[in-house]
Amino acid sequence: MGFESLRRSLLAGERVVAFTRADDGGLGARMLVWPDGRAEGALGEAALDREALALVTAATLPATGLREIEGVEVFIETYEPLPQLFIVGAVHVAIHLVHFARRLGFRTVVVDARSAFATAERFPHADELVVEWPSDYLARVPLHANTYCVFLTHDEKLDNPALQVALEAGVRYVGALGSSRTHAKRVAALREAGLADELIDRIHAPIGLDLGGRKPEEIAMAIAAELVAVRNGRQAAGKP
Amino acid sequence: MLDILPDVDRWRADGRRVAVATVIRTVGSSPRPLGSKMAVSDTGSIAGSVSGGCIEGAVIEEAQSVLEDGLPKRLSYGISDEQAWSVGLTCGGEVEVLVERIDG
Repeated sequence: MGFESLRRSLLAGERVVAFTRADDGGLGARMLVWPDGRAEGALGEAALDREALALVTAATLPATGLREIEGVEVFIETYEPLPQLFIVGAVHVAIHLVHFARRLGFRTVVVDARSAFATAERFPHADELVVEWPSDYLARVPLHANTYCVFLTHDEKLDNPALQVALEAGVRYVGALGSSRTHAKRVAALREAGLADELIDRIHAPIGLDLGGRKPEEIAMAIAAELVAVRNGRQAAGKP
Repeated sequence: MLDILPDVDRWRADGRRVAVATVIRTVGSSPRPLGSKMAVSDTGSIAGSVSGGCIEGAVIEEAQSVLEDGLPKRLSYGISDEQAWSVGLTCGGEVEVLVERIDG
């Protein structure tokens, strides 16, 4: 059933589409197709294979579901890479946020320049822990439309340049911790740095859904809830 | 799929045979979206889910025969008067599941 290839692809975060015959005659026959044109396996009829290949392009992937192709019922499963969450600031809230976010299906990376905070003891549960200047790091990793960035350092020297990188890259979500006064200062600094207002407006601040909590784990929960709301299209990617 | 991988990997490393059930069709208010998976080992361990718990028992049973002969199965479950209290979805709706054995 092409399990091993599918498994490897998913763990590598690749996009891949699995076509599985759901009709009595060919039940279970499978072909995997990647957006770069690679394919593996076969559906048992040349015309079916051709159609499956044609449905997967770099630009568009078919929706997950049963579909009739050449008169045969085929189950299509489209796998998109995991949403990735970058948490800038290895602070107390981040420890809890990593926990919630991973549970919710985000590949979670914590980055902070301060090695005293960003330790493996504090973040054994993160998918990746990076001790580096956050703006340098974000500038060299691929940020895509399925990327979420949360800024928690409380330090504008660390947060602001990295915020700028994330906003200019057009990531799905940008949220920044801080009171409205802190945020007003941040907005002024980003404007000064030449960032357009329409980008600055995309910052979710105050960060998180309003759950009324104050404790680090409650704030983390509020942020996680907001990530889910954005992922599900319940909240505009820009601040509503 | 990713949610069941850690368990599936562990079972296979232990030399156990594993079947995977996938939700391929839903009608009405089904509790798990298309593509949801449940893995079943030949010792009866399970990971993941294909409903809110209403049809898992029946699917696990069917999976044992798939594990034995390797032939995939397409199963239908739906709410109806006579089914409601057997394997029916007490949550309402209809679900179809494809069960197959992992062979490579």
